[in-house]
Amino acid sequence: MLDRVVGFKNNTIIMKIAVLTKAIPSYESSIRIDSSSKWIDESVVNFVVNESDSYALEEALQIKEKLDNGSEVVVVTMGSQDNTSKVLKDGLAKGADRAIFIQNEDLNTDPLSIAKLFSQNLKDENFDLIFSGLQSDDLGSGQTGVLIGELLGMSTATLGIETDIQESKIKVKRELESGWFQWVTLPFPASVSIQSGINEPRYPSLKGIMGAKRKESKVVDGQLSDAPKQNFINLFVPKTEKSTEKIEGDIDGIVAKLMDILKNKLRVIS
Amino acid sequence: MILVVLENQRGNIHAFSKEAVAAGQSLASQLGMDVSILCMGENARSLKEQAKDYKAKNLILAEHDMTNAYSADGYSKVLSDVIKNVSPQYVVMGHSYMVRDFLPRVSAKLDLPFVSDIISVTYDGDNPVFARQVFNAKLATNIQPDSSSNTTLLSFQSAAFSSDEIELGGSDAASVLEVSLNNEDIKSSSEPEFQESASGVDLTTADVIVSVGRGIESQDNIPMVESLAKAMGAEIASSRPVVDMGWLPSYRQVGSSGQSVSPNLYFSVGISGAIQHVVGMKGSKNIIAINKDEEAPIFEIADYAVIGDLMEIVPKLTEELQK
Ligand SMILES: Cc1cc2nc3c(=O)[nH]c(=O)nc-3n(C[C@H](O)[C@H](O)[C@H](O)COP(=O)(O)OP(=O)(O)OC[C@H]3O[C@@H](n4cnc5c(N)ncnc54)[C@H](O)[C@@H]3O)c2cc1C
Ligand SMILES: Cc1cc2nc3c(=O)[nH]c(=O)nc-3n(C[C@H](O)[C@H](O)[C@H](O)COP(=O)(O)OP(=O)(O)OC[C@H]3O[C@@H](n4cnc5c(N)ncnc54)[C@H](O)[C@@H]3O)c2cc1C
Repeated sequence: MLDRVVGFKNNTIIMKIAVLTKAIPSYESSIRIDSSSKWIDESVVNFVVNESDSYALEEALQIKEKLDNGSEVVVVTMGSQDNTSKVLKDGLAKGADRAIFIQNEDLNTDPLSIAKLFSQNLKDENFDLIFSGLQSDDLGSGQTGVLIGELLGMSTATLGIETDIQESKIKVKRELESGWFQWVTLPFPASVSIQSGINEPRYPSLKGIMGAKRKESKVVDGQLSDAPKQNFINLFVPKTEKSTEKIEGDIDGIVAKLMDILKNKLRVIS
Repeated sequence: MILVVLENQRGNIHAFSKEAVAAGQSLASQLGMDVSILCMGENARSLKEQAKDYKAKNLILAEHDMTNAYSADGYSKVLSDVIKNVSPQYVVMGHSYMVRDFLPRVSAKLDLPFVSDIISVTYDGDNPVFARQVFNAKLATNIQPDSSSNTTLLSFQSAAFSSDEIELGGSDAASVLEVSLNNEDIKSSSEPEFQESASGVDLTTADVIVSVGRGIESQDNIPMVESLAKAMGAEIASSRPVVDMGWLPSYRQVGSSGQSVSPNLYFSVGISGAIQHVVGMKGSKNIIAINKDEEAPIFEIADYAVIGDLMEIVPKLTEELQK
């Protein structure tokens, strides 16, 4: 992605990049509403890193490698120890230099409170860049990176599909609706949310996995100071609007039924 | 007061903004409030002209040379100033890519709740309750802004309201708000919007589409679906992850960031049915979906829900079709 930058190696700026990586239920996990009807039953859920966050991490690692000047990538996550530990380990194994874990067992809150908690704990780090995913695959507000940017006085952009680091600024190609794009230029410090597909996320190497154990992982106790501004009332299963015919059972039956529909009902084959 | 903010899309009122007008008017009538419509940013004056028939109490113009090109800094500053000036109870917009880009900044600047990507509204007495999809559309949640907030920001998912429901009748008044911006307010700059050269196939004219999702598991299995498509005389399409992983070219992608299609038959294989995919194919006349998860959201819009393993069904069906 950065290939066309000429003389990149001579770049003098040493960058500090944070990547927010959230633990979310994997897409195969069964999602069941728990007895409080406010959250899901986590005991049957396998937590993995949010999809766009892994693209964000890859983008940060590629920038660091390209700069090759001692720039730093820090993975940051918030949540409970049980759900997030794999996400941080994975980030370190892929090549992040250190990790910050904002521990909070009860994140029953809204995006703005979450962003405030991130901001309080990241402020003193003075990151040049904060990368996040464009939205989480669980609650999906799509707000956190931009909120943090505003709270920390950074410039912001969303849905980054290409980046280009230049002296003291970053150019971001933003995805717009239905196949349109736009380049924006942001001075550092900047908070940029990353869209899936921007690069090819790497797998951790064995060496990376071994090395991760020796890397610094800082744990901070995240205390929410504000009451949430949005109240989460309940979770529910959406109702089906359409009358849907179910086709299930043994494979031969399914195929015969499909053949009948294609031929006689929809007439797409003769 | 309910403040609906219009967005420019290449010279016209954005389709999502029209739906936002309908959403704002509906909220207003339920809550006994007035609607004001704000035209700001790029092309504001023309938006105001285009919005003149919408029924509203006030049609507000807030323009400035420095917002003739979009920037998150400029737009969030202008909207924040307008909110301080007119104190609306709700600010209503469509959940567009631009809204994702700047509205959270208004939320953080003014310390206001922002309920994003709303699919429907119900009422608990005089208090609106907003529903959003969560966990990739497998579940939904009801959200209520805290009563301590004087203003709540709202963005509505496309098709939550229809622009056909817009009440016409024009506005009772028109006003112009002074906007003050200086160089320090805008740190970022933007270049003109552009389209990537459209290459490949035009899926919009296809009669039958076989569309493949992440359930296919690996690139090695793509030929299996290609054979099915061939046997049905169909074009092949896909969800975004399949393109992101490089298994199919990007012009095959259906959804909000790909093509919108409405074939006679959309045959979906291993696609979960996330909203960003569904917006691109829900206009299909017939939808058959294969998914091993009985609760996959794609089944909510499918005519035929095939619950089973695509790895078994697809080859068998292809074989049958080839006979
Ligand atoms: C009743 C209830 C219970 C909850 N319980 C939990 C819980 O146990 N664990 C939990 O993690 N969340 C929990 N949450 C959710 C938490 O409040 C949300 O993470 C927060 O509101 C951010 O919103 P979002 O997920 O929609 O983020 P979005 O704005 O959609 O996220 C965008 C990006 O921001 C970054 N990001 C967001 N949140 C985090 C995070 N926590 N760590 C690292 N990066 C992040 C990621 O890069 C992500 O891609 C709960 C919420 C409610 C209402
Ligand atoms: C701003 C934005 C824009 C986006 N634009 C688009 C877009 O244009 N198009 C798009 O598609 N997405 C888009 N997305 C992504 C979207 O949110 C979803 O992540 C995506 O559509 C999921 O793709 P999927 O259904 O293939 O994968 P998943 O959600 O991972 O679903 C895979 C499905 O396959 C099923 N499955 C697995 N194995 C089998 C098997 N053996 N047999 C049968 N079924 C099986 C699973 O049960 C699951 O339901 C966008 C997201 C954002 C935030």
